[in-house]
Amino acid sequence: MKRKMEASELIFKIIAYTLLIIFSLLCVYPLLYALGSTFSSWDKVASGKVILWPNGFQFKSFQAVFMTNQFWVNYSNTLFVTFIGTIWCLIYSILGAYALSKKRLMGRHGFNFFLVFTMWFSAGVIPQYLNYQQTGNILASIVGGADMYAIDLKWLIVLAMGMNATNIILLRNSFEGVPSEIEEAARIDGATEMQVLMKVYIPMSKATIATVALFFGISRWNGYFWAYKVLGAQQQYSWPVQVYMRDFIDKNTDLTLKYNPDTAEYTDMGQSTSMVYAMVVLAMIPILVIYPFIQKYFAKGVNMGGVKE
Amino acid sequence: MFKLKCDDFLIYDEATGTYSMSPEQQVRDQTERNRWKSTGFTLLKDWRLYLMLVPMILVYLLWKYLPMYELLGAFRFGNFQRVSDRPWVGFDNFKEIFVGAYAGEFWMAFRNTFVIAFYGLLFGFPLPIILALFFNEVRSNVVRSIMQVCVYLPKFISTVIVTSLTIALFAAPSTGSEGVLSKMLAAISKSGPLHAAIEEKGVVYSLEYFRAIYIITDIWEHAGYDSIVFFAAVIAVSPTSYEAAQIDGAGKMAQMRYVVIPSILSTVVIMLIMKIGGLLSVGYEKLYLLSPATSLNNYQVAEVVSTWANRLTENSGSYSPQAFGIAGEMTNNLIGMILVIGSNTIARKASDVSLY
Repeated sequence: MKRKMEASELIFKIIAYTLLIIFSLLCVYPLLYALGSTFSSWDKVASGKVILWPNGFQFKSFQAVFMTNQFWVNYSNTLFVTFIGTIWCLIYSILGAYALSKKRLMGRHGFNFFLVFTMWFSAGVIPQYLNYQQTGNILASIVGGADMYAIDLKWLIVLAMGMNATNIILLRNSFEGVPSEIEEAARIDGATEMQVLMKVYIPMSKATIATVALFFGISRWNGYFWAYKVLGAQQQYSWPVQVYMRDFIDKNTDLTLKYNPDTAEYTDMGQSTSMVYAMVVLAMIPILVIYPFIQKYFAKGVNMGGVKE
Repeated sequence: MFKLKCDDFLIYDEATGTYSMSPEQQVRDQTERNRWKSTGFTLLKDWRLYLMLVPMILVYLLWKYLPMYELLGAFRFGNFQRVSDRPWVGFDNFKEIFVGAYAGEFWMAFRNTFVIAFYGLLFGFPLPIILALFFNEVRSNVVRSIMQVCVYLPKFISTVIVTSLTIALFAAPSTGSEGVLSKMLAAISKSGPLHAAIEEKGVVYSLEYFRAIYIITDIWEHAGYDSIVFFAAVIAVSPTSYEAAQIDGAGKMAQMRYVVIPSILSTVVIMLIMKIGGLLSVGYEKLYLLSPATSLNNYQVAEVVSTWANRLTENSGSYSPQAFGIAGEMTNNLIGMILVIGSNTIARKASDVSLY
C-alpha cells in the first residue's frame, strides 16, 4: 500500500535534504578551495579573489613546490614512517589482541586493565617528552652515538609513537566474535597457535583489521606534535611533511604572524600562500586515494567497537 | 567460653588428646596443591600465548607507563638531574601553581580547558544526532553514500592541514594574503567588533572570536564521523514500529517523536556520558597550532593545561619551571580520569552498557 506523503513529511524531507547538501558541500569546500587556489594567479590568491574555481589559471605554484627539495625529502619520510610504523603497530596490536581475546589467558583482566588504563590517564606532555628524549639517547648509545640527534630519529617515531589502545580493543572484540568451533577444528587438524591466528582469525576479521590499519595509518600520516617536539630544528631532513608544511607557513607567510622578511625564501605573500595550498593538496592525495576503498569498512568497524559490554 | 572455629578441618582425638587433620581437609589441601600445579602446567602449555603479549606489553611499558615515573618530578625541585636525584619538596610545586606565582597562568589554562570542552560539547554534540536523523530520510542509497563520504572526510585530514586552512581562509588583509572567508565576513559585518577584529589581526587571532572559530572547525572535523554511531542506532529501528505508528495515524513528526527518538535515546545518553568523561582531554595539538605564541592575542583563551605545560618546556633559561608543568598537568589528568571512570560507572548503572 503506497501511502500519500503528508505535508509535514514533505517539509521535513526538504529541510533534511537541504541541510545535508549544505553540510556536505561545506565539508569538502575548503579542500576544493585549496585545489582551486593552487592553480590561481598569485595576486588573486593574495587579495582573496578566488572563490572556488581557479582565477587566472597558472601552474607556477606546483612548479615551485616541485622544485623544493626539502618538501620531497620530508614527504618520503612521511611515507616511510606511515608504512613501517603502521606495520609495526599492526604486528604488536594483532598479536596482543589475539592473546587478550582468549578466555584461557590467565590474568586476562589484569592485562586488559593495563591497556585501558592508558586511555584514562596519561602522564602528560612533559613526562612524555622527557621519556622520548631518554629513549632517543639510549637508542643512540646502543649504536655508539653521542646523543639522540646522532641517530635518525625517524626510527624513534616508528617505534615509540602512534600507540592506540582503542584499536587493540577493536581487534580484540573482533577476534572474540570468531566462533570457537572453527578454532577447535583447526586445532584438531594440528594447527599451532600462530597458524590458528594466521589462517583462521586474521582472514575472518579482515574488515576490522582494514579499519584498524586505516586508523593507524592515518594517525601516522597526520602526526605532527611529537615529531615536531622530538626532532626540533636539529633534524630537518628527518621531519615528516606535516612539520615541514607548518614550518613553511611560519617562515614564508604572515599567516601565523611570525613572518620575517630577512629569513623568508619567498617574499611574495600570494606565491607562498598559493604554495601552501599546493602542499596541502599534495599531502592529502594519499589519504584521498585510499579513502573511498576503505570507507565502507570503517563505519562497520566503529559500530562494532563503539559501545560494547 | 567460646568455641574454636576449627571444627571443620580438625578432629579431636579424645583418647590421646591430640588434634589431627580431618580427611576432608586433606583432600582439600591436595586439590589446592594440584591447583597450583595445574596452573603452572597451563602457563607452560600456553607459553606461546604469553609470548604474543610480550611486544605489546613492552611497548606500553616503555612509552606509556615509564613516563609516569617522571611524574615524581611534580613533588621534587628542579629538572636537570635525574628524577631520583632531585630534592624532595612535597606539595610545594602544587602550592605554587594553585595559589603561588604560577596560579594566574595555571587557573587560566584550566578554565580555558573547561570552557572550550564545554562549548564543544554544547554545540558539537547535537549536530551528529541531527545528521543521523536526516540521513535516515534520504531514501536513495547512492545519494546518501555520496553525502556520507563527504561528511566523514574531514576527520581524516591532518590537524596541520585543518589549522593551515583555517588560518589561511580567515586571514586578515594585513597578513598580505586575505582569506576568502574573512573577506565574506567583513562584507557581511560592515562595522562593529567583528569587522574590527578582522581588520586588526584576523578572527583566528582575536580574543573574542577565537573560541567560535575553534568550535566551528571542530564541528567541521568531527560531526560527520560522530554521526556514524547514531545513524547505526537510527537504522536499527524496526520498520514494523514505523508501520504500527502509521496505522495509528502518526505523521512524520509524531513518528520522529514517539518511535525514533525513544529508540536511539539509550545510544544518545551513553555517548553523552562518554563525551562528558572525555571533557578535559581537549585536542591540544590543534590549540597549539592555532595559538603558537604568547605574543598572540588569542593566547588568553586558547591556552589549555597541556599547551601551558608544553610552553614551560620551551623556556630555555637557566631555570625552567618544568616541575610546575608536570604538577599542573597531573592535576588536570587526574580530574580527567575521575570524570572518565565516574561517567563510565554511571553509564554501566544506567544501562548495563559501558565502553570498558
